[in-house]
Amino acid sequence: MDLVESYRDDLRFARKPLTWILLGMLVAGLLALPWYAHASWVVRFTVIALYAIGVMGQNILIGYTGQISFGQAGFLAIGAYTFGHLKLLGVPFFLALLGAGLTAGLAGAVVGFPSIRLKGPYLAIATLGFGIAVYQIFANSEILSGGRSGLPVPKLEPAFGLTREVYVYYIYLGLLLAFTIVTYNLVSSYVGRAFVAIRDSDIAAEVMGVNLTRYKLLAFAVSSFYTGVHGGLFAQFLGHLEPQTFNIGESLTLFVAVIVGGLASVEGSILGAAFVILVPTLLSEYRWFVPVLFGLTILLVLIFEPLGLAGRWLKSRLYFQLWPFR
Amino acid sequence: MAGVLQYTLTGLSAGSLYALVALGIVLIYRSTRVLNFAHGDTATLGTFVAFALVSQGYPFYVAFPVALLVGGVVAILFYFGVMAPAQRQGATLLGQVILTLGLALIFQGVIVYQWGAEPDRFPFPLSETKTWKLGPVFISQLSLGTFGAGLLGSLLLYLLVQKTRLGLAMRATSENLPAAQTLGIPTRRVLGVSWGVASILGVVAGLFLAPALLLDPFFMLDPFLKGFAAAVLGGLNSLPGAVVGGLILGVAESLAGGYLTIQFKNTLAFVIIIAVLLIRPEGLLGHEFKERV
Repeated sequence: MDLVESYRDDLRFARKPLTWILLGMLVAGLLALPWYAHASWVVRFTVIALYAIGVMGQNILIGYTGQISFGQAGFLAIGAYTFGHLKLLGVPFFLALLGAGLTAGLAGAVVGFPSIRLKGPYLAIATLGFGIAVYQIFANSEILSGGRSGLPVPKLEPAFGLTREVYVYYIYLGLLLAFTIVTYNLVSSYVGRAFVAIRDSDIAAEVMGVNLTRYKLLAFAVSSFYTGVHGGLFAQFLGHLEPQTFNIGESLTLFVAVIVGGLASVEGSILGAAFVILVPTLLSEYRWFVPVLFGLTILLVLIFEPLGLAGRWLKSRLYFQLWPFR
Repeated sequence: MAGVLQYTLTGLSAGSLYALVALGIVLIYRSTRVLNFAHGDTATLGTFVAFALVSQGYPFYVAFPVALLVGGVVAILFYFGVMAPAQRQGATLLGQVILTLGLALIFQGVIVYQWGAEPDRFPFPLSETKTWKLGPVFISQLSLGTFGAGLLGSLLLYLLVQKTRLGLAMRATSENLPAAQTLGIPTRRVLGVSWGVASILGVVAGLFLAPALLLDPFFMLDPFLKGFAAAVLGGLNSLPGAVVGGLILGVAESLAGGYLTIQFKNTLAFVIIIAVLLIRPEGLLGHEFKERV
């Protein structure tokens, strides 16, 4: 193992040339996906990409800052409906996406206010209440939700001679890569270290000079920005919005993805998103078994591998690096 | 005036069930600091067991105790099978809360598999339509029975916690775990019993809620959240607080549903909670936790 000798070393994205090569191969493989994989897999990877963004946001909040939120479905709904309404007004895709993220981020900062005084289970309940309140507001307000028939979202027009599925896949993949790099940089910067300090002990962090109010609100705002973008991408993908989509189950799915992928891990968030998307599609004939499997996975992961899939990946990598010693 | 009385009475009946759910949540929270997210689903499971037995022709006095037993045993098994090993491995509080979430998901899947997602009507010995006139207000047989069950459950729990040796051990364990261990109290067994008792209270609430609502795999979600809300209102570490919180929430909700708007009835509960949390986070009767770094 090579030691980290300077701060610059610590901030480096990948330390060895081999890592760069493998990363490049992974990205190239994903870019070439439409040429060798079935069209259904392209759609699946599109959903994984958009989910991974939301899971990363949730992970910043739960894994890095240690603040429980069960209200993610609320931010998701806010993002999705903002995006839908902006699209209907004729706002271009990326601008609408930015609007969705910013609106959700603003809502996140407001919801974050209780987090200054509340901890653990209390915060869980407050955010849960927020999620349910948002759901009911959308369900009861015809102007916001588009009435009985739901809110249609205009489809993206494909360019460069690609089919619509492949075009959407490339946009979503690009966004996922951008968000991954931003998240890596965020969590290894002083902001990320402030988040981790708050997670480990907020009183100690405050004594060390971390402004609790600012960083807790920032964590909420950033996390809900991600979730809002996730909501916008989800709205674009579905093409049709109904409030029922954003029930408490959606919050739980995001939560399961964070736990299974690994708390406080960026690559774990992507693995976790892949888990919660691929498992239900593989088990489409046994739908009732999906929650059971999610629940069992949570129990097994927390008891035997608290670091999740990312931890397993880290351990197997260490095993091969140290082989034949252990 | 008669309207206010009527709504208050209806609210008290619903509130007594919230109180039962809240008591279960508080019982577990104050002994282990774990918020049990599987509380509602355990109650659903117990209620469905009673439903299955009644549909097969068993009388109610067989079906109900069996349902309570199933609920209690499942919770005790979960404590010894999952929670205790996790605690021994030093799982964080967040981790333990997530474990109960995992259990909730498992129960949901099993219930949907076993009984389907279609809502069923639960046959019940007390009728909702048979009413008595009590001065200016009407009270149905069901809501009277519900209120009685809530009262009886709270009373029995009070006697158990305050008047028995087991209750003394439970109080000691929740007060100071290492000290209780040092004094020779088998804390794991005591905590296991607490989980069982809490879950039985939840099943009682589920049994009395089922005839008023339709029985589907998610019917306890709403009452469970209200129970949470009630527990927070009263203070998450206070048993009398849970009862007070439940009754207040029930009455407030009923009055708001009658005089303001019925659509935001559920949202109102959470508005109250967030307000309470911001003004007095330890709840009405709870006391504040001191934290050491």
